[in-house]
Amino acid sequence: MQASYFLKKRLSTALFIIILLAITAGAVILTGFDFMAGFASIPKAAEWGITQFYPTAESLDKLPDILDKLLETIMLSIASTTIAGGAAVILAVLGSKTMQVHVIFSVICRGIASVFRNIDVSAWSLILLFSFGQHVLTGFFALFFVSFGFLTRAFTETIDEVSSHAVEALKAAGAGYFTIVFRSVIPSAIPRKLSWVLFMMETNIRSATLVGILTGTGIGFSFDLYYKSFNYHAASLVVICIVATILAIEFVSNTIRRMIL
Amino acid sequence: MSSMSSKSDGEMSKGIPNLAKKPFDKASFVLRFTLLSMLVLTIFSFISFDYKDIRVFAAIGEAINNLVAMFSKAQFTNFTFQDALLAVLVTICLALLTTVFGAVIALFFGLLAARNLSSPLLSSLIKGGVAFIRAVPTVLWVLIFAVPAGLGSVAAVIGMTFHSIGYLIKAYSESFEELDKGMIEALRSSGAGWWHIVFQAVIPSSKSYLMSWTFMRFEINCGAAVAMGAAAGAGGVGFDMFMASSFYLDMREVGAITWLILLFALVMETSATHLKNKLK
Repeated sequence: MQASYFLKKRLSTALFIIILLAITAGAVILTGFDFMAGFASIPKAAEWGITQFYPTAESLDKLPDILDKLLETIMLSIASTTIAGGAAVILAVLGSKTMQVHVIFSVICRGIASVFRNIDVSAWSLILLFSFGQHVLTGFFALFFVSFGFLTRAFTETIDEVSSHAVEALKAAGAGYFTIVFRSVIPSAIPRKLSWVLFMMETNIRSATLVGILTGTGIGFSFDLYYKSFNYHAASLVVICIVATILAIEFVSNTIRRMIL
Repeated sequence: MSSMSSKSDGEMSKGIPNLAKKPFDKASFVLRFTLLSMLVLTIFSFISFDYKDIRVFAAIGEAINNLVAMFSKAQFTNFTFQDALLAVLVTICLALLTTVFGAVIALFFGLLAARNLSSPLLSSLIKGGVAFIRAVPTVLWVLIFAVPAGLGSVAAVIGMTFHSIGYLIKAYSESFEELDKGMIEALRSSGAGWWHIVFQAVIPSSKSYLMSWTFMRFEINCGAAVAMGAAAGAGGVGFDMFMASSFYLDMREVGAITWLILLFALVMETSATHLKNKLK
């Protein structure tokens, strides 16, 4: 009995590993990934990083330009996240199970959020390039759409978790729809919602670099410019600035999160 | 004197009943301050953006028209449907490969980074290094590895794996740290070695956490794989989309590829929700 239990367990683990290995092997063939080249590239990249990928005194001249672009990128992320948060609150209230006006309406709200969320930010950038071109608005809307989709889902779940009892009590006491929304649903879950917004802001600063490379704006554009002109010293300075910014934003948002939750 | 002050207190609280006696609340102060500063920064950034010569509202109107046209008249022209389907498969394989490599490596380092299974020095050393790895965006890792390896799937896989490792080490080590302290102590006092503790207690009891974190990373990597195709020439559907958008300038084809990406993403999300409910 006991022996067969362990045997079964071992067999299922072995099966899992074999299936995983088979899928991985298939993926290696399909993507054309070369193991030897992959392993060889790691020490090569390290060597290149140490010998060439560091800022020099000359590249420090570019620092004001880089900081200017960095500020634009940070502002872009903050603005898109904040606006998305505001818009997401409205859609989340309408889409939540606790406050839905009608089931069909709620499904539509969730569907809209799902579409925005499931198209990757890079895909949104390429789509919006047609309308705005290489413009800061392309990045703004790409980040806004994805944040809006993600935050709507997060807020909907938060509202359903936190406020269903309070809403029931208020409904029983005869409070109207808007009273319940503004006095209970929105304020009661604000710390958690803000925590999601801060998370999204961190994500957006990371994505903004990618969006910048694709749309030719902000810090991503600076990196792309120096990288493609083989000015690796300046490119490394850009990376250092990005890393410092992301670590700082993470620190600030963790501090805020600890204080409000 | 005291009667006067109590009288004025009374008068004040009649006028504004709740606010006058509310004690100072640090949490709500921080909350309001954060919300206010976000609002101010947003307004400031809208003022400071370089709008060039675009008339914003006209451009938004045009963008809506474009979006409607793009999605309602979606059509493949330069690629066939089969090409695009294969490209999506390549993208998913890129995500799968990087998630598997990342998960295997991160499992090992996650154990070393968990404070209850390792020494404090080693744990903080790994966690510090991981924080740095995560702070560099995925696309930059890929482009950095592209210098020695050339643009293509090798650089994309190694770069994306790097970022996945960073993310998963953090997630795994935090799940390990949530484990019951008594269990590890009990096993240790009965003479179990480190590997015994890991394979008989730590991994089995945190399995569902590990699975859901890994699947979440897989979803992130799917998005990243599309992005790397577009920004770093990694192949797959992202590259097709980049070609359709920036090279052929074919709006309708971009629409068709987007539909395909959306379809796959929705299938993925539904199965993820299914899996999560099953694991609960």
